Amino acid sequence: MTAVDVYLQQAINGVSLGAMYALLALGFTLVYGILELINFAHFNVFMVGSFVGLGMLELLGVMPNDPALTGLTLVGVLLLTFAVTMVFSGALGVLIERVALRPLRNIRGPASMITTIGVSYVLFNIVLLGFGADAKNFPSPLPQVQFAIGGAVLRLREILIWVISIGLMGGLTYFVQFTKMGKAMRATAQDPDAARMMGVEVDRVIITAFFLGSALAGAGGLMFGLYYNITSYVIGFQAGLRAFTAAVLGGIGNVPGAMLGGIIIGLVEAFGSYWISAAWADVIIFSILVLVLVFKPAGLLGRIAPNKS
Amino acid sequence: MPREDQGPLLEFKAVNTYYGDLHVLKDVNYTIGRGEIVSLLGGNACGKSTTMKTIMGVVRPTRGSVTFDGQPIEKLATSERVKRGIAPVLEARRLFPRMTVYENLEMGAYTQKRGAQFDEDLERVYSLFPRVKERRNQVSGTLSGGEQQMVAIGRALMARPRLICMDEPSMGLSPLYVEQVFDIIQEINRQGTTIFMVEQNAAMALSIAHRAYVLQTGKVVLSGTAAELRENPAIKEAYLGELQVPAAA
Repeated sequence: MTAVDVYLQQAINGVSLGAMYALLALGFTLVYGILELINFAHFNVFMVGSFVGLGMLELLGVMPNDPALTGLTLVGVLLLTFAVTMVFSGALGVLIERVALRPLRNIRGPASMITTIGVSYVLFNIVLLGFGADAKNFPSPLPQVQFAIGGAVLRLREILIWVISIGLMGGLTYFVQFTKMGKAMRATAQDPDAARMMGVEVDRVIITAFFLGSALAGAGGLMFGLYYNITSYVIGFQAGLRAFTAAVLGGIGNVPGAMLGGIIIGLVEAFGSYWISAAWADVIIFSILVLVLVFKPAGLLGRIAPNKS
Repeated sequence: MPREDQGPLLEFKAVNTYYGDLHVLKDVNYTIGRGEIVSLLGGNACGKSTTMKTIMGVVRPTRGSVTFDGQPIEKLATSERVKRGIAPVLEARRLFPRMTVYENLEMGAYTQKRGAQFDEDLERVYSLFPRVKERRNQVSGTLSGGEQQMVAIGRALMARPRLICMDEPSMGLSPLYVEQVFDIIQEINRQGTTIFMVEQNAAMALSIAHRAYVLQTGKVVLSGTAAELRENPAIKEAYLGELQVPAAA
């Protein structure tokens, strides 16, 4: 492998990781944009998503170490698994909002944020109790097709992650930019009181933000399983922390910022692991975060002072 | 439900509103008739903005009733009040700063169905404010204060309101824009929309209003037709100050 091939390979790996972080980061940013709340429960919605995906694949008869699927069966299984995982995760997000966060809505201070940490641990422990502490093998229904680009290798699983991530992010962007509910979400993020006085039912906007963010996190969790062929109750914290970093890096509350931040963090992780060491990946990621926040406190695409009175 | 076409459009009966222990509105009564422009005058912190918030349902009265079109509304959600025909022009305009002018107008029509009626309302706003039409694709945070006020009024019109509640429509505007905005308010009123307007600029407000209330520390201390209030010595001294009175007066 020449140096160029190595860089290309790290770029492929980094963009794939970054796409997963971006999907997860979008959930932080959607909820923060509207409630100014950092939702730490989101970490483990991602983790639960990977277990739901695992359960769904097994329900469809796709077991770990089974031979790969092909053709329409593969497409059907993937579509159904993604759909069920996303709906389940989205519903979980809505449930968390209704049960744990709405009662605290009008309480000032960190009560809601602390509650999301508690909910995160509840999810973590439910999965630990239900499925045990050892890592679970994840089925790999994808054929081992790969393409050589120079000396670098592009596998089908990476292509799958890219296609699905681009589709989901494109869909979200369309939703936020052009649909009535999407516009209500933007209006509520910019000025909640004024939005309410236009007749926007802010509770519905909040539920929508939780549903969409959590559904994307669930899709990310399923991708994580398909990518690494493994899942565990602990995956939420590391991926969640990196995705949260991605959201802050891009400018929390900003949808394109979360996507950009995710890709940057994925690339930093891939190249940092290669140049220095995988053990140092978090050190590098958080150092970059600190530097960005020192020189651009609102994040790369964020705005310093939200226009609120 | 049959609509009462007689009685007042909006009525406050013995409304008392508190923020915690702070008694902001004290036994307040207002009657806003159909087709009127009614102005609410008063100094800072006298309860004017709280009146607007009580109408929109952002603040709920502790005691007393608020009726719109003969129906009690004090327990209704804000969105339901908008659907029934009350639209705000908020203090300091409060456009959605990172949305375009057009998107802001769309938000005004949030409770309305899209279709021919939307297009008609949009045309009405554009004909009242040609400037708004020119700027329709611009992000609203980049407009001048006067242009923003036009968008804010247009946004209220998009809700097809029967009552527009305006909070300080002249605030922060250059005198030229103030004139323009008040002309437009009169025009909107002539087209059939009732206006309830909180305004610091008493001279301007009384020049277009039919009637007015004067609020002082949460109580209505004076009310009457605009002509009566313009001649009232207490009003002249407290709100009209010689310098604000047009030279002709």
